[in-house]
Amino acid sequence: MSDYIPNTKKAQEEMLESIGMRDFDELFSMIPDSVKLKQLDLPEGLSEFEVQRKLLAIANENYVYPTVFRGAGAYRHYIPALVKSILSKEEFLTAYTPYQAEISQGVLQSIFEYQTMICELTGMDVSNASVYDGASAAAEAAGMCCERKRQKVYISQTCDPNIIETVKTYCWGKNREVILIPEKEGLCDIEALSGLLDEESACVLIQQPNYYGLLEDCTKISEITHAAKAKMIMSCNPISLAILPTPKEVGADIAVGEGQPLGMSMAFGGPYLGFMSTVNAMARKLPGRIVGETVDADGKRAYVLTLQAREQHIRREKASSNICSNQAYCALNAAVYMAVMGEEGLKQVAHLCTSKAHYLRKVLIEAGMVGKHDQEFFHEFVLSSSVSSAKINAALKEKGILGGYPLSETETLWCATEMNTKEEMDECARIVKEVLSCA
Amino acid sequence: MCQNRQGGIIMRLIFEYEKQKQSVYLPECDVESIELSQKRERPLHLPSLGEITITRHYTELAKQTHGVNDGFYPLGSCTMKYNPKINESIASDRHFTDIHPLQDESSVQGCLKVFKEAEKMLCEICGMDAFTFQPAAGAHGEFCGLLLIKKYHEMRQDHKRTKIIVPDSAHGTNPASAAMAGFQVVSIPSGEDGCVDLDALRAAVGEDTAGIMLTNPNTVGLFDKHILDITQIVHDAGGLCYYDGANLNAVMGIARPGDMGFDVIHLNLHKTFSTPHGGGGPGSGPCGCKAFLKDYLPGKMAEENESGLEFVQPANSVGQIKAFYGNFLVVVKALAYLYSLGSEGIRSSAQNAVLNANYLMHQLKDHYHVAYDTTCMHEFVISLDKEKHEQNISAMDIAKSLLDHGIHPPTMYFPLIVHEALMIEPTETEAKETLDHAAEVFKKIKEKAVSNPQAVHEAPYMTPVRRLDEVKAARELHLRYVFDDEK
Repeated sequence: MSDYIPNTKKAQEEMLESIGMRDFDELFSMIPDSVKLKQLDLPEGLSEFEVQRKLLAIANENYVYPTVFRGAGAYRHYIPALVKSILSKEEFLTAYTPYQAEISQGVLQSIFEYQTMICELTGMDVSNASVYDGASAAAEAAGMCCERKRQKVYISQTCDPNIIETVKTYCWGKNREVILIPEKEGLCDIEALSGLLDEESACVLIQQPNYYGLLEDCTKISEITHAAKAKMIMSCNPISLAILPTPKEVGADIAVGEGQPLGMSMAFGGPYLGFMSTVNAMARKLPGRIVGETVDADGKRAYVLTLQAREQHIRREKASSNICSNQAYCALNAAVYMAVMGEEGLKQVAHLCTSKAHYLRKVLIEAGMVGKHDQEFFHEFVLSSSVSSAKINAALKEKGILGGYPLSETETLWCATEMNTKEEMDECARIVKEVLSCA
Repeated sequence: MCQNRQGGIIMRLIFEYEKQKQSVYLPECDVESIELSQKRERPLHLPSLGEITITRHYTELAKQTHGVNDGFYPLGSCTMKYNPKINESIASDRHFTDIHPLQDESSVQGCLKVFKEAEKMLCEICGMDAFTFQPAAGAHGEFCGLLLIKKYHEMRQDHKRTKIIVPDSAHGTNPASAAMAGFQVVSIPSGEDGCVDLDALRAAVGEDTAGIMLTNPNTVGLFDKHILDITQIVHDAGGLCYYDGANLNAVMGIARPGDMGFDVIHLNLHKTFSTPHGGGGPGSGPCGCKAFLKDYLPGKMAEENESGLEFVQPANSVGQIKAFYGNFLVVVKALAYLYSLGSEGIRSSAQNAVLNANYLMHQLKDHYHVAYDTTCMHEFVISLDKEKHEQNISAMDIAKSLLDHGIHPPTMYFPLIVHEALMIEPTETEAKETLDHAAEVFKKIKEKAVSNPQAVHEAPYMTPVRRLDEVKAARELHLRYVFDDEK
């Protein structure tokens, strides 16, 4: 058993004696006897060797697909070795929130750099230091837009269901109304949106590219939203931002998104990274930690947590959010990834994703699947087939391929990234053709 | 330890290096090149650097960051215990990291088992019947627990229960979480003894009480001696009892919140269960409950069936509070820790956490005013209130002086009910020798402060930067680097 307690029994006894206690029980005398536990009904502790063996055996019950054509909110991208090497530095890993700026300049500066990079990606003026994930970032953003007389939150049906459900839960908490904007041919129904907005509308939430991988007309949506004096929130794929118009350019007030594609592994859903950025006018409504530049007593440039008057430890029930711990280490991960890839590298990833996804769609349609939408898309797309998606995916699994995510009995959401080679995609199409021709 | 960089060079931002040749990470495109019609017009300023510059940049940033490996870290309420390395090594196995969250269930049985095993062990430790791992942090777990309470009253058509009682010693997240769940917060004062004032509680409860949120041991480091009365009073009024498990490290294996009458709890895996804090996160704030609330849990639960494990959505779920299932890799690390400790290790961790805190308190109490001079749990609070008034020595001065000795300061100015507070939590993973040394440092600083107050006002001296101008930071907002062509 390893409990990581360095004090020997003898040292523990000496310490007890020095504080005038006979034994450990005396230390806990204020706990009512009726609730004191004799022993936990748990197994005995294990040696490090046994822990490793036991957990790696559990790990091996998972199957790692060599080839992945699935996204739907979590994406497999190439992570350079340098990114992993830098993240293994334990100063970053084992530090707490940088309350003591004098000995935390490293982590504070890394957050300041992260904030700058997120602003660059989104075109926005201000970024926070991260929230839990893309879905909670969208929910927090909706909260930023609500005012006393504007409490209605509008979400496009074409957003990721994880985002829609999370926003609904947060709004239910605050007793706010959520209105779904219907979809039309895979896109947010802009005509319907104009008819839905009124003087109680707080915000409109759009995902770009949307859940089906399609590109929304965000400029138009932003015009309609602003005409109703509501705020426009865009949830974006950060890789796509390297080549698509920035949220600021198309008129969004807040840009959020899931940062996992920026160098984080898929990790069965977490830890991921919620990024949030906004325009200067809304900076003081941003939830979470924000790092600012200042000087120290010697006039030297330095960084510190700032605008803390928004936060829960100061404002308590009046705070902009309850968030305390965030995903700082994931923000560092994203910043290091962006530093390593650079502008050219990030654009290359986005371009490879686009090109490969278009090729995959082409060969799968040639194999007999049917395209559901004709609109422009980034790296995901929906196909339907005469054979059930379950059957197709089962055949692909035999060859180590994770097929598209089933949206219904016959519709699947496919994704390709820079990780997928032409050979893999041809192989995938060949198997799909075989399944379809046998049916 | 902090290195002496006084007068040294100013650290460059990653944007301030000259452009360099980058490495090649990806092959050329092997399919037809596609350009989208919607195009980014705005330039994208990201670094263009060779690997050696990037790695040196972050190495320098790492040197200017104080982690648990770098020295004693008695940050009250944060439980900065040692982060075992085996946990990291297991969580970095590709059979955990390279799993897509939407894979078919038959291919993720190991992940489901991690959730189920961790759930079973935490249920036993807390006396609860179910745990969800969807909450990503402590505050997120609080929000989740409060939504369960909201749903419970809503399902009973008991719509008048709109108030949550929160003692004034609570962390700021408690009232903030209650507000996010749509409740009104009723703050009740603590008694002279630092515990909940039962008369104030009796006066506060009523037909509008949805529940109480209680941190126990509380933020002054005391186990509330009236704990059973508290849960009884709230239950009698028709409310539910929420246990903020931020300080569970003091009582795990000793007593269980479920046995004390609590209905809902959240834990901080990044405190009690040894997972690292990553400079602010990711944490993990699993939320546990009694069986009668299980149907309201968010997300999906790993459940056993004939062929193995499957995800099941609770019948009347409050919904999702984030995407997917929570900070999975953090749960893997906590499970490794639980396996290592086992039944006896969990109990002895609590015992030694409490012993270390009392030992350090005992060493300090002739030199500092201990806010509540009684046996403490895992942490204790000292107050510089008297010194502040009589000698102009503040809690800040003591804290900043500690930096020059390689010790991370305690939590400052919290809890709010103690003036000039320093909240000290040594944790069980610190050796007696470390505590003895820290006690010596505290004593020396106090002596120095008394003989030369000006010297401590200006501390620290040896850190990479000196005290910061926080007012300037908040007034002249400078929250990102501005590139030349954006000015």
